[in-house]
Amino acid sequence: MKFGVVIFPGSNCDCDCCRVVEQVMEEPVDLIWHEADSVDGYDCIILPGGFSYGNYLRAGAIASHSPVMGAVKEAAADGKLVMGICNGFQVLTEAGLLPGVLQRNKNLRFICKFLHLKVEHNKSAFTNACSPGQVLRIPIAHDEGNYYVDPKVLAEMEEKGQILFRYCDADGMVSAEANPNGSLGNIAGICNREGNVMGMMPYPERSAEEILTSADGRLIFESVLRHLKEL
Amino acid sequence: MYRAKIFITLKKSVFDTQGQVVRKALQALNFSGVEDVRMGRYIELQLKAADRSTAEATVRDMCERLLVNTVIEQYRYEVSEA
Repeated sequence: MKFGVVIFPGSNCDCDCCRVVEQVMEEPVDLIWHEADSVDGYDCIILPGGFSYGNYLRAGAIASHSPVMGAVKEAAADGKLVMGICNGFQVLTEAGLLPGVLQRNKNLRFICKFLHLKVEHNKSAFTNACSPGQVLRIPIAHDEGNYYVDPKVLAEMEEKGQILFRYCDADGMVSAEANPNGSLGNIAGICNREGNVMGMMPYPERSAEEILTSADGRLIFESVLRHLKEL
Repeated sequence: MYRAKIFITLKKSVFDTQGQVVRKALQALNFSGVEDVRMGRYIELQLKAADRSTAEATVRDMCERLLVNTVIEQYRYEVSEA
């Protein structure tokens, strides 16, 4: 199973993703430069965290028009798995591959900390190694993670099982107190209607090894591999 | 040559966190008459176009495709001869 990690100018979590794929999951991975016009040959493409193009205009806005994104859109339309983490999630919403938008955090602060996520269901290519309702301990580090989407679209997303992760407390309780950034419905991660494009604000690659105090993030990568091997 | 002034603001239905913080700060400075603050983005650009209506159409296209995120933002523009 071959992974590709895209580098935009200003990406800074590309090497973390590569490390997890290559050394923790023991699968091959390539770095893909943002000027590439093809992403053929990859089973899963990761858009990593960082500050693509300095987040000028809006987070992810400029990156969403870079040459590689044309190829990523084609791959997504072909059913290839695409995973956006943090800034990668912002790029995917700006590119129109995922619904909604990530606004400034409600408290207007950059938040960097470990927190808990509730897995909504395990029928997704990105959560099948989890149990439904499982609580994962994974860190966030963002200034713009306040998810918003039109209420009508949200209702449709809920119905279609497009909400994958919600911020919760250590016991799995989804509450206002457990919401770090003001996200609608405590949403931390979603997928598209087809289920092959996923975006999440928390960083699974920063919590995929016990030495990092949590290996829960590994479950996301395991899910992807399990899904790909079952195809 | 035309000059376009583009004003981008959050839609009324979207809560403006920054605006609320600025409103409170203004009130703290005793500007007690301030009832609401909405923050936005201002873009000024110069462009070549055959005529005014072409320039306006181009500006609209720019807004829809890049400058504005129409999920949460709205925009208006003024186009004049530079």
